[in-house]
Parts: sequence; C-alpha cells; structure tokens
Amino acid sequence: MKPAPFAYHAPDTLDEALHLMATLDNARVLAGGQSLMPMLNFRVVQPEHLIDLGRIPELAFIEPTPHGLQVGATTTQRTIERSALVRQYCPLLIDALFHVGHQQTRNRGTIGGSLCHLDPSAELPVTACALDPVLTIASQNGRRQISFSDFPAGYLTSTLEPNEILVRIDFAPWPERTGTAFEEFACRPADFAIVSVAAVITMDSGDRISEARIAIGGISAVPMRMTEVETLLLGAHCDSGLIERAAAGAAAFPSVGDDNYPAEYRQELAAHLLQRALTKVIQRIQT
Amino acid sequence: MSAHRIAVVVNGKKCECEVDERVSLAEFLRQDLRLTGTHIGCEHGVCGSCTVLVDEISVRSCLMLAVQADGRRIETIEGVAREGSLQPIQEALSRHHGLQCGYCTPGVVMSLIELERENPAGGLSDADIRKALSGNLCRCTGYQGIVDAALELFGKRDAAQG
Repeated sequence: MKPAPFAYHAPDTLDEALHLMATLDNARVLAGGQSLMPMLNFRVVQPEHLIDLGRIPELAFIEPTPHGLQVGATTTQRTIERSALVRQYCPLLIDALFHVGHQQTRNRGTIGGSLCHLDPSAELPVTACALDPVLTIASQNGRRQISFSDFPAGYLTSTLEPNEILVRIDFAPWPERTGTAFEEFACRPADFAIVSVAAVITMDSGDRISEARIAIGGISAVPMRMTEVETLLLGAHCDSGLIERAAAGAAAFPSVGDDNYPAEYRQELAAHLLQRALTKVIQRIQT
Repeated sequence: MSAHRIAVVVNGKKCECEVDERVSLAEFLRQDLRLTGTHIGCEHGVCGSCTVLVDEISVRSCLMLAVQADGRRIETIEGVAREGSLQPIQEALSRHHGLQCGYCTPGVVMSLIELERENPAGGLSDADIRKALSGNLCRCTGYQGIVDAALELFGKRDAAQG
C-alpha cells in the first residue's frame, strides 16, 4: 500500500457526510478517486480522514427541470456520456467527455470530482467555464449556490470551504439557435490536453451572434473565458473573416508555457482550436 | 490504521475478509486472495494492466480501495477461462499474436470483455476498438495483433479477417 495512513469513512447519507466534514480535521472527500487516488499514492496529499461519497445515492442523478438540467455531483462521467437527457440538453458535456481519460477512468470518475479537482488541462472544468452552471454547495450550516465562474480560486484549488461538499450542478437551458463545440489537442487521444477550447454561440434570426462564450484551458492556472474574443464575436455576422479575426484574438492571449509546450506554441494551438470550434458551432446551428 | 470487514463476490465466489483501508483493490486481489493474474503496473491509473470488472464495468483496480469494493461483484482474468479452455477473446489474442510478454494481457482481456458485453451485435470499427483499448498500454505488440483479434470477434464483417 502506498498512501499515508488515513481513516476511511463511508457515510450512507449526505447529512452524515456533512457532519463528518464539520467535525473531522484534515478530511478529504473521495468521489471517483481517479485523481485523488494517484495523489494519495504519490503522497502529494496526506489527509487524516477520507470521506467516501460513493455510497450516497442522493448525490448521483441526472434530472431535467424547467430551469435546465440538474446533475448530481457524484454522477459518473460514464453515466453522463451515455445519458439521452444530457445529449438533448447539454451536448457540449458529451463532446468534452469524448476526450476525458479512458473508459476505465470515466467509469469511476465523477463530474463533481473533476470540477473540484480543477486540473487546468482537464476537459470538464473548461466546459463548465463556458456553460457557467450554478453549483450547489452544502455544509452543516446549510446550502449556498454560486456560479462556476466564482468557483476556481487558483491552480488545483476551488473556493470550497474545508467543511463543504459540492452536491449539484445546474446547467441552464439554452435559447433556440445555440450551438456548442469542444476542441482540444493532446499528443495521444485521451491524453491530457495541452490546450482545449469550448465554444457556446447563439445566433439571432438574422444570423448575428447574440451570445458568445469561449472558454480555454491550458494557457493559465485555471480555465478562463476569452472575453475579448467574445466581444469581437457579439453582434457580428458569422463568416470566415470573423472566425479568422477571432482566432487571431485567441493567439494574442497571454499564455503560460513550459519546456515541452512553450507559450507561443499554446497560443498557436488556441487559435487553431478556436477556428475549428467556431466552424463546427456554426455548422451545427445552421443545419 | 484499522481493519474493515468487507464482503465481495470474486469470480462468482463469495468471500468475507478484513482489509486495511489503505489497501487497493489490486493489492487485495493479489495479496489477500492470491489472484495474481491482475497485474500492477503504474499504480496511478495510466497503464491499465490492473483492469478488472466491478459490477460489470471496467475499473482500474489500483485506483479503487478494497474497502470501496464492499458488496460488489468483481471479475478478474482468473474467472474468464471455463473448465480449462480459453475464452474466445483469449483464443483470438493467441491466434493474432496479440500478446508477447503478457503483462498487459489480463487488463486487455477484461477491457475487451466489457466491450463485447456492451456491443453484443458487434459491427465495431477499427477506430471503435482502438478507442476501447486506449486505456491499456502494451509495450510489446504495437497493438496491431490486439486490434486484429478484437476486429475478428466484434468487427464489421468486411473488416474482419482471419
């Protein structure tokens, strides 16, 4: 065995889990474990208590409501990618999940786990950055709701308090004539993305862009919206010239870099991926 | 550190055991149950050699704690062959030279069993099969033999060849 010693708790209800979170020091929530288990094995994290959410049925569900699609935090990526409801109401999630890990990891990995882990190269946080769902966060003191845009605090860090658990993600319904696309580049399919782009575009009846959300991962510590590019797109007629200008805007965004993939390379990827994503989105809206 | 009592069904056999909470499912299978066919490679979810089925779905047994398997049904490579004769996936891998050192093979077989169960009608493309196998690293075969074996069993008619 590789992890440092910890005490394992497997509550059957959310209330019980919240009680444990409120009373135990240095406790960590275990969802699908596809990121946390390697971190435990490497001893990058050494919690004293591990609270497994895997036996709490009330946290795993997909439900359509008048206000959009509600997804329980421990719903597995496998369940989401096969859900007809998600395909109908939030196909961007399925496009993104196509790139997430492998079947064996998606079988266990959860949407809430991925959003809370906030790996900058992970697909679901980038998707959430574009869709900006409302997160319901619970503690023993009650529940609060925040937009995903207020959720990331920094590299691998969310604004969750130590006694809180993410319980639900609400994706808002989109107006007619909305298209979405997810594009990424990785060295091998299913590998971590170097850069990924999620695009959500709405067009009015006159084919002008009335809403544009462009999220990008891999150029900063947390996924971010390309607001300058969104401004450029808003109100414009979509043609190849516009897509080229948007791509140029993406390439101009400052980027982090490392020895393997320097900033200039990531910026170039950003431009190409945005071009691909926008082309796909427009095709999807117009067909 | 403390021991947890778990009850699991492994390859159809019930067993109740005490496990330490830090023990992974892979270690539990290999060390406690002496089912050493499940191989441990990277121990952080990259290589796929520890793939087993838990309640019919494939998982990395290095990324699941043995305590998490309490009450679940586990299938490992030891339960695949029946009465001394290889299962068709094993036969096909052998026929197509889909293995050499054999380290990754138990994981590959378990992934292919899941693929078969999810696609009973077959008709899969080369790309479908490569995607299904993308979570299993093999350093010997270059994958072609493994893909050929899977294509023969679950592939589209015209793509399958003996």
